[in-house]
Amino acid sequence: MSAEQRTNPVGKVKLEEEEKGAVLYNVDPIIMKYHYEIDYMHSYAQDSPFFEGLSKGELWGSKCPVCGSTFATPRGHCMNCGAKTEWMKLPLEGKVHTYTTCYFGSQEFLAETPFTLILVEWPDVDTFFLSRLLGVAPNEVKIGMPVKAKFRRLSQFKPTDVYFVPSDI
Amino acid sequence: MRPVYMIAGGITKFAKASPRKDFRYMVKEAFDQAMADVPGLTLDLIDGSVASYFSDHFTRQLMAGIMVHDYLGLTPKPSKRIESGGATGGMCIQSAWEAVASGRMDVCAAFGFETMSHVNTWKGNEFIALASDTNFDYPVGGFYTGYYAMMVKRHMYEFGTTEEQLAAVSVKNHGNALHNPYAQFPAELTIEDVMKSEMIADPLKRLDICVMSDGAAAVILASEEMAHKLTDKPVRISGVGTGTDAMRMADRPSREVILLPHENAADYKDLKYPGVHSFRGGRTAAKEAYEMAGITNPLEEIDFVELHDAFTSSEIQTYEDLGLCKYGEGGKFVESGAASLGGKVPVNPSGGLLACGHPVGATGLMQGVFALWQLQGTIGQHFNGDDTLQIKNAKRGLIHSHAGTGTYITVSVMERGF
Repeated sequence: MSAEQRTNPVGKVKLEEEEKGAVLYNVDPIIMKYHYEIDYMHSYAQDSPFFEGLSKGELWGSKCPVCGSTFATPRGHCMNCGAKTEWMKLPLEGKVHTYTTCYFGSQEFLAETPFTLILVEWPDVDTFFLSRLLGVAPNEVKIGMPVKAKFRRLSQFKPTDVYFVPSDI
Repeated sequence: MRPVYMIAGGITKFAKASPRKDFRYMVKEAFDQAMADVPGLTLDLIDGSVASYFSDHFTRQLMAGIMVHDYLGLTPKPSKRIESGGATGGMCIQSAWEAVASGRMDVCAAFGFETMSHVNTWKGNEFIALASDTNFDYPVGGFYTGYYAMMVKRHMYEFGTTEEQLAAVSVKNHGNALHNPYAQFPAELTIEDVMKSEMIADPLKRLDICVMSDGAAAVILASEEMAHKLTDKPVRISGVGTGTDAMRMADRPSREVILLPHENAADYKDLKYPGVHSFRGGRTAAKEAYEMAGITNPLEEIDFVELHDAFTSSEIQTYEDLGLCKYGEGGKFVESGAASLGGKVPVNPSGGLLACGHPVGATGLMQGVFALWQLQGTIGQHFNGDDTLQIKNAKRGLIHSHAGTGTYITVSVMERGF
């Protein structure tokens, strides 16, 4: 649009046409496609050391210095007494507390199905850790099965940088 | 606190997609149905409203609550939006209850909706999974059916619950819905049908899981004076309770069972609680509501229950949280027929979420509407003359709304007030 057109409201004023058009599914009523996406600048904030740990092949939970509560999934403050927690290194071997194999999933993970989810438990830790279990057929997973952590070589800085496999493989 | 009554309710037929009516029009339809049941109630007598919808993602519209309040003709009166995941509808009713109980309002409208058809099912599952910790849970494979599958696996391990017992819930609820004209997915099923349906997340199969829906529902709450002025069939909300638990299922501790009056510690001496097999928030909500309503033995003192059966497994787990049976006995409870129509305490006579559908923000209000009609004895009148689902002489019912992996849970007790 020229400077003349912008400043002269009665001349050759014309809204530019869009080439893209609309994607219509129906006209009665009108149902059309609407696209929406966004990139976030997400901070892991106080949880950052956990993700840094994964990149070093370490698994970190939390321990409360006041009441002694222990958490397999880290949290900055204690859910039982409110005190600031300390970092606590977890053993790389634990046991399956519960499990499922997902044959469907959210859109983001559909391509990865079927995948097996587990909660990992450790004998001296009060809470669990959610992860994926690889290297075992769905019908062979058992509650109580010993599992060991493995780490991606190239970190994505996501909780899936760690995953578990049966201890005996 | 003042006594609070529910005086009217309305609901749209839940459907996979309702493209001809947007969320405002859907609520308007439910609201007008409620208003039609109390002809003396005019808009000027309504002091304000509470809006219930779960996800801004589904609506693609922020401040959708005020748009409904506006559409209903209630501006410039007070209104607010409540959001608490799957429990949003139950929480909305409790928020309206607070407005009336406190004396701030004499008449308060509570309405809810969800328009889940605007994205495909797997994108919808993604939106729902964003209601799990997005640092630690969602990226691992965020999928609510997966989370519930892990919880029921542990329930099966602790208590011996079977897949056939889960299937029995599906058969019961889909069957009840055959007589509910508002239900999205009525079906005559057998245990075998459910067992043979597609595996989604072991052990939960397609027919163990509710569907996504478009729909709306509304109820009107009033003070004692206004309730008796406006209807000869008021229903009192005699107890409200709310419980919570850690957002992350992995953070659930292992402690002792929170006991209801009719239970004792010896019943559970070796049980680690809640772990991931039970909902501590559900038990907490029930305990608070029972104390307010004066209930000491729920199985004997409640005539029916409408509870949040997004999964067959959560219905079984919730029998236990509500104290209808002991922890661990939920599977046997459904098998015994106690929860069936004509049983000791019919559970989800409407068909529940499994068969009615689960337009999240409307769901808790749907339970309120069906419970209201049960207690008024007007099921036949509202269900095109079919009163098969009417529980004879129902005097007291319970509604239960549930979010996350048991993260927010509400229990409200309703009783005949005439």
